Amino acid sequence: MDFELMINSFPKLLNAAVVTLKLLSVSLIVGLFIGLLFAILRLNKNIFINKFAYGYSYVFRGTPLLVQIFIIYFGLGQIESLRSSFLWVILKEPYWCAIIAFALNTGAYTSEILRSAFQTIKPGIIEAGKSLGISNKIIFYKVQIPIAIRQSLPAYGNEIILMLKGTSLASTVTLMDLTGVAKYIISTTFKPIEVFIVAGGIYLFMTFIIHNVIKFLEKKYSY
Amino acid sequence: MELLAFGDTGWGDELFRATLMTIAVSITAMLIGFSFAAIFTPLKLSKFKFLNLIANIYTTVIRGVPELLVIYLFFFGGSGAIMFVASIFGYNEYIEINAFVTGSFAIGIISGAYSTEVFRGAIQSIDKGQFEAAKVLGFSKFKQFYKIVLPQMLRLAIPNLSNVWQITLKDTSLISVTGLVEIMRQSYIAAGFTRDPLFFYSFAAVLYLLLTFISMKLINKLEVKYSRGY
Repeated sequence: MDFELMINSFPKLLNAAVVTLKLLSVSLIVGLFIGLLFAILRLNKNIFINKFAYGYSYVFRGTPLLVQIFIIYFGLGQIESLRSSFLWVILKEPYWCAIIAFALNTGAYTSEILRSAFQTIKPGIIEAGKSLGISNKIIFYKVQIPIAIRQSLPAYGNEIILMLKGTSLASTVTLMDLTGVAKYIISTTFKPIEVFIVAGGIYLFMTFIIHNVIKFLEKKYSY
Repeated sequence: MELLAFGDTGWGDELFRATLMTIAVSITAMLIGFSFAAIFTPLKLSKFKFLNLIANIYTTVIRGVPELLVIYLFFFGGSGAIMFVASIFGYNEYIEINAFVTGSFAIGIISGAYSTEVFRGAIQSIDKGQFEAAKVLGFSKFKQFYKIVLPQMLRLAIPNLSNVWQITLKDTSLISVTGLVEIMRQSYIAAGFTRDPLFFYSFAAVLYLLLTFISMKLINKLEVKYSRGY
């Protein structure tokens, strides 16, 4: 055991963990909106809209995240019209490519979580709202969404942790996140176990915090 | 389409072989995972707090740390660990272990942590009366497990195991970083060679979708088979 290496690499890895957290939070926020949008599309009665939303979540859940990142980072640059458009400013940055891939990926899982949450809302609750003369729009925003959020908290907590682990793939497109820096230190010092313990410890600490925040929220919003 | 031709002109046969490699790694990893689950599930359900702790450390660490980090640990640490063991027996030459072995072992350990949780959940949801009935009928521990616990556990575990299989199958794409030529690595090579990454990575996505689709169909059949009588 090389304790000196462990102590020396700790601040470097901690700095890299900030990158990981940034990637995670931005993609979760964007992914939540995408997920909500597609969950609503899934509940639409129009069969085409419905199938489109299903196809989206099927494709993104059925393929590895690594493929998705590579298609966006390496693949999209090949399209000439994209290279000359204003989107290229975003797509040439590995940081934004990773975030787009993460957001689309977590969006697909989130849409499934939210859809099942919407579907478990008892019809009686919506009927009660209707019979009180509340408009459909207000029922949706004030009744269905809060209940769906509460219902989906446990599953969404798992999704956050899966996404935290998913951000490690950013290191494959040259980003120096926690895993990226860990790999760099391992390949220069050839001390995989020491670095794994420190980096893994930081990841575990983050999962621990996320787990407990979700548990707290579950308790707070339980009824 | 000529990019996918078989033979020297296209990448069809290479990608086909890479797909077989992905399937082989996934199945090996899943089986290694089952052997880990066979060790750690009893530890999880044991009465001894210390054994519970060991199993909990295994599942928590593996499920809380990114797969890629575990793969790097095995990739960089694997041959070192084996050389250390070999040096005890007096063998001091450099040993390089095969990427297939390291890869399926790394993915297997990850898959095993998920399988352990699935089996634990399945055994715990078997009705307590079943165990008591087996005891009353004078079944030996061994017979109780094979004739009563195992069939019921499999029925309860199959839907969740199909999730584990999907996770394992997708995780194998990460082994490409170690150089094992599976779907992802082959697409990377082909994309670099032809300068057509969009096509090859999209094709890789289609291959993965196909694999998940076919395996879901097969697992559904298994599920029907094991829920006979329910």
